[in-house]
Amino acid sequence: MERALSAGGHAIVARDLRRSFGSTQALRGVSLTVPAGTVLGVLGPNGAGKTTLIRILATLLPPDGGQALVAGHDVVGESFAVRSRIGLTGQYAALDEQLSGRENLRLIGRLYHLGERHARRRADELLALVDLEEAAGRSVGTYSGGMRRRVDIAAGLVAAPTVLFLDEPTTGLDPRSRIDVWNVIEGLVREGTTLLLTTQHLEEADRLADSIAVMDAGLIIAEGTPEELKRQVGGDVLELRLRDRSQATAAAAALQPLAAGAPRDEDEVLAVPLRAAEGAVVEAVRRLDAAGVGVIDLGVRRPTLDDVFLTLTGHEAEPEAGAGAAAGAAALAEEHVA
Amino acid sequence: MSVATFPAAGSRQPGGIVRVGWGLYDTVVLTWRNLLRIVRNPAYLITEVVVQPILFTLLFAYVFGGAIHVPGASYIDFLMPGIFVQTITFGCINTAVALAEDAQKGLMDRFRSLPIAFWAVPVSRVLADLLIDVTGLVLMVSVAYLIGFRFHGTGAEAAMVALLMLLYGLAMACLGALMGIAARTPTMVQAVGFMVIFPITFASSTFVPVGTMPGWLQAFAAHTPVTAVVDVARHLTLGIPSSGSEIATALAWVLGSLVITIPAATYLFRRMGR
Repeated sequence: MERALSAGGHAIVARDLRRSFGSTQALRGVSLTVPAGTVLGVLGPNGAGKTTLIRILATLLPPDGGQALVAGHDVVGESFAVRSRIGLTGQYAALDEQLSGRENLRLIGRLYHLGERHARRRADELLALVDLEEAAGRSVGTYSGGMRRRVDIAAGLVAAPTVLFLDEPTTGLDPRSRIDVWNVIEGLVREGTTLLLTTQHLEEADRLADSIAVMDAGLIIAEGTPEELKRQVGGDVLELRLRDRSQATAAAAALQPLAAGAPRDEDEVLAVPLRAAEGAVVEAVRRLDAAGVGVIDLGVRRPTLDDVFLTLTGHEAEPEAGAGAAAGAAALAEEHVA
Repeated sequence: MSVATFPAAGSRQPGGIVRVGWGLYDTVVLTWRNLLRIVRNPAYLITEVVVQPILFTLLFAYVFGGAIHVPGASYIDFLMPGIFVQTITFGCINTAVALAEDAQKGLMDRFRSLPIAFWAVPVSRVLADLLIDVTGLVLMVSVAYLIGFRFHGTGAEAAMVALLMLLYGLAMACLGALMGIAARTPTMVQAVGFMVIFPITFASSTFVPVGTMPGWLQAFAAHTPVTAVVDVARHLTLGIPSSGSEIATALAWVLGSLVITIPAATYLFRRMGR
């Protein structure tokens, strides 16, 4: 008999969660702990198992193996108790497009048994929170993607959940809407909501999460604070466009003392991960100049999910042949059940 | 934060009568939502339960009707019970599409992540569609009266027609719910629904007496649920006594389909997303 899992004051505790769809293993033993009042960012490419993980923790899908406690209750044996303490916002805005934003939120409030008066008041509070008071009376079908997502997040907040799940809250949004959604999420975090959010963007996890778990092909392959992770992955990435591509080796040699990893030749661009250090970029320019390397263009970018994956796994984040094929199949399986 | 942040009590699903009461409340809330959708977008309802049946009525009563001779009744009196049943039968596709759309849009997942009775979602759909059927029947009877349809039976027979239509509507909505939950995409539902519902409605006694069809088709048409229900409804509206076996056949189809579709839809709904 397995030792019963204990919440120990944590909002989410999962141990060895497993789940297959047919022959595809979407989760291959995921364990994680989210202390109350903190934000965990689950970072990974399509098909890594992020959505399957959220669906299990939100009681929508039973695991094949392992155990999870959310808000102190078992997601399988006490699913009703879990459901009354969580909010879920999935990848696709789950709203009734014929109804207005306000009507959608009131509907959810009634289904949480808040009572008519509270359901109305809560809807108005949340519309103010996500800054949608003006559009509240219009049907959701007329909303932009960013507005829908904000109502959708508000819908996840109706019952003031102890734990909120956000599955890729900004996927498909334009940069401005993304910032609006981030502002809403940051407001929630300040109020102490425990949050588990999935994302494909390191930048997003970095901005919103207290700690990050990197998922690949159904496993958590790294976890830590954004700082710890970036230390592992390296700091900014220097992108060079060389006048003469045959000088790539000379450039790499010149930058070697500053580099956190091997330079990569990405088509026209040489990408060099820099060690996180002050003045690294200025120093890099000096060294290139001193080595006589002709540079047409030079840019600095934050590390992306691809950089994280290249460093941690040696392969890029996109599902590809081999290891990626299973991930791709898992993505399809997830889509199928969604 | 301490463990005490999460209250251990009050989290259990209520038992017995309280639980059923909340489930009924959830059902009412969701039925209201289904009906509000129609108020917001009435074009759909108007097409499905007003324009389409009226067009079929006018088409058959005036365009084809002159060439169709039915013994012992005017064609409009013969036709209307068929139109009632046809409209209710087509309604089954609407039930299926509505549920499949909710599943596709992720609304079903949202509902399933709420602490509500699991059966409230499909039951509210069926209830809303029954209310749509009733609205449609009232409108159809009104229009039919304007163009000469008359009821020839007793008041009790009229009540029996209404009851039969309601029961048949329930059976069709439950069949639709099963289709919608099983198919999961609206386009799939429409394709499959059309392939099954269309032939079974037209190869029946809905528009013409089955006896006028070629023998091979009669063998099929005489034994469909649509024919069974239309025949009983027709005899009741015409004031012709129905045989016991005719009534038994119609009821057997309706009740039999409920006995199959309700458990099957429940099973699939509980397993949804697994």
